[in-house]
Amino acid sequence: MTFRASGMRAWLLQRLSSVYMAAFIVVVLVWYVAADAISFTAWRALLGQPVIAVAVVLFFCSLLIHAWIGMRDVLIDYVPIMGLRLVILLGIAVFLLAMGIWVVFVLISVVQI
Amino acid sequence: MLTKTKRPKYLNLFKIRQPVMAVVSILHRVSGVFLFLAIPVLIYWLALSVRSPEDFVAAGAFFTSPWAKLIGLILAWALVHHFFTGIRYLLMDISLGEHLPAARMSAWLVFGVVGVVMLGVMGVMFL
Repeated sequence: MTFRASGMRAWLLQRLSSVYMAAFIVVVLVWYVAADAISFTAWRALLGQPVIAVAVVLFFCSLLIHAWIGMRDVLIDYVPIMGLRLVILLGIAVFLLAMGIWVVFVLISVVQI
Repeated sequence: MLTKTKRPKYLNLFKIRQPVMAVVSILHRVSGVFLFLAIPVLIYWLALSVRSPEDFVAAGAFFTSPWAKLIGLILAWALVHHFFTGIRYLLMDISLGEHLPAARMSAWLVFGVVGVVMLGVMGVMFL
């Protein structure tokens, strides 16, 4: 079975990811305004907490899925040449996968197991 | 008999007066593409902030040089616009304000909210 973000599923994923990211951003902003200045060690310890790390991973999952569906919609509308569209889509897919791998490595370096 | 009328062909997007909802919509897309381009910047910032105490300080001073401030301002606008127009679309999905008069009003409202929030962002950035 392959994963395809199209049609109804893409529509739903775009909404779910947007709601999660919006809530995440509001929580982070409220925390940033309320919290005192934070030290390097405290910042790493905070990101290393399993609950926070999972929330951050979910945020980046949402971000990458949302970006994929959004860019795909834009390309479908503005790039009518099928070959060119597929090439750009492939480039975006590779780029987003690389971003996902990168952020996972960054977070693994922080989480203490 | 057919008469040849000289109808104006306005394919120039700058000569078409778009309704406010259309402007909100295209800017939602433009800001979305900007945010797509900002993904590596965000991950780079996160990586920097956890790498070493020196890099943590550098991450804290990420948007201080004039060029960085300009980029930061553009990205802040993209995020604020995408955020509030996105909420407008989510509300429309649950059938709130999907008809013309309400949609027109909420489009203007979104512009107003984005403007006010951006004034606040600029205040934090430059004052």
